[in-house]
Amino acid sequence: MEQMNTQRGATWLRLLANGAAPAHDSPSVKACDAQLAGQPARYIAVVPDPAGRFPRARAGEVGLVEGWQLARAVQEVVAMDREAAVKRPIVAVIDVPSQAYGQREEAYGIHQALAGAAGAYAEARLAGHPVIGLVVGLAMSGAFLAHGYQANRLVALDDPGVMVHAMGKASAARVTLRSVEALEKLAASVPPMAYDIGNYASLGILWEVLQVSDPAQPNEVDLALVRHTLEAALADILQDTARDLSGRLHGKHRQASRRVRELLATQWEAAT
Amino acid sequence: MTTHIEELLQRDSFIERSARSRAKALLDAGSMRELAGPFDRLHSPWLAMQQLVTQADDGVVVAKGLLAGQPTVVLAIEGAFQGGSMGEAGGAKIAGALELAARDNRRGIPTQAVILFETGGVRLQEANLGLAVIAEIQSAIVDLRRYRPVIGVSAGTVGCYGGMSIAAGLCSYLVLTREARLSLNGPQVIEQEAGIAEFDSRNRALIWGLTGGEQRFATGLADACVQDDTAEVRATLVGLFAQGLPERHRSERADDFLAALARVDTGTQSTPADVRTVYAKGAQ
Repeated sequence: MEQMNTQRGATWLRLLANGAAPAHDSPSVKACDAQLAGQPARYIAVVPDPAGRFPRARAGEVGLVEGWQLARAVQEVVAMDREAAVKRPIVAVIDVPSQAYGQREEAYGIHQALAGAAGAYAEARLAGHPVIGLVVGLAMSGAFLAHGYQANRLVALDDPGVMVHAMGKASAARVTLRSVEALEKLAASVPPMAYDIGNYASLGILWEVLQVSDPAQPNEVDLALVRHTLEAALADILQDTARDLSGRLHGKHRQASRRVRELLATQWEAAT
Repeated sequence: MTTHIEELLQRDSFIERSARSRAKALLDAGSMRELAGPFDRLHSPWLAMQQLVTQADDGVVVAKGLLAGQPTVVLAIEGAFQGGSMGEAGGAKIAGALELAARDNRRGIPTQAVILFETGGVRLQEANLGLAVIAEIQSAIVDLRRYRPVIGVSAGTVGCYGGMSIAAGLCSYLVLTREARLSLNGPQVIEQEAGIAEFDSRNRALIWGLTGGEQRFATGLADACVQDDTAEVRATLVGLFAQGLPERHRSERADDFLAALARVDTGTQSTPADVRTVYAKGAQ
């Protein structure tokens, strides 16, 4: 599953950034400066690095180095535009099979590295940088939290190889004391438990789901559609005064989230 | 020896308290108001759908009040309910309260926040909504910490795992006890994903040695390691809030951490002592 998808991030990054050379020499986090809607933008992807120093983060996983490199790539954009009236957009090209699972990772605080990345994206968004997440492959768990989940708008390709989830099936079964079969059966009837992009889209978190002919090897039409959608997402962010993630709360499966916020807002003032 | 035992007997354990009792003990006497509490019946719709036990507060207590006279919201996760896991309703309580605290600051009320992390991370029975609310909690922490500190506490015994460990990494300050563990992937999950040679989930000494409160403090990944004593936890929070915002949040220090990680010998597994050496030089 993981091997199947890991080239997608690099492929889409190259196409969207028109082959621009990466801004840094990091082998696993590529940040490329190119245009979006006729203005400068930064495109960022995590890609496999078979020669990576940390053995558990060689197949495109977000590990210690990747988390902090993502943070640096995003912080740099915020620093570049600190005095600028127009903040350049950031496009996270997402194909991340998981966070790195390893003893070294926990020892050196992978949670902190991923916080570096998530925090940098959130700060960029709050500073006025339009942030768009484009899911072209896997968007799993902590890796997605670090790379893309803080975006103003999320766009995903409609394809069986595109999946969003909190944990791989075998581990999720072990932790919840279920068999993989029982887990799959439940996932079919409980939308947030499903692994496919259709069920995920029903949660109302995605801004757009796109049909392309070949997500692994996109043709000109696919590329044009994705470019057009990124431009539309950018326009939608620019006309929106909200810099938070409230746009994700409107789906039919987010009733509990809305109810909680209504109650809190009413009771908050009364409690002072 | 006698004094040690007496001291233990007199100590007001923070760990043994429930989430609600912890929140109440931290806030100034008589100042606590619980919001979106159990009488609002915010049961998880997703657990109910799977015929699993629900709780009327979904395992999260939102407590608004004063801490040393300052407007404060305490978000206490109940580790005894579903392992403190984050579902949609409980997660929305944390995110929503942090959002209102940030709004307070924009309106001139300097509300600050404490999050009591006792959590395994995403509630897997609500999987993608658990992950989504954690992203929303993270966003709200980063927003609020622009104005006032957000302080994370993990006392134990559940610890702080998964996406919520990333949320802890976004806090302005982090307070742990010796009983607490702070880690992204739980040992069982690493063993499942990478094999027992990578991580033996039954090796408790290894787990605490690498991810326990004492080690996290010694390596600069936490700001304090306190006794399991309610008064000490409270006094530590008051002191940290009085310091105001840190010059740079830990999550902003990419260059420092990349420089430190370049010194790691990745050819072998690292011992707790190795981590202390690597992080003593520059990441602090």
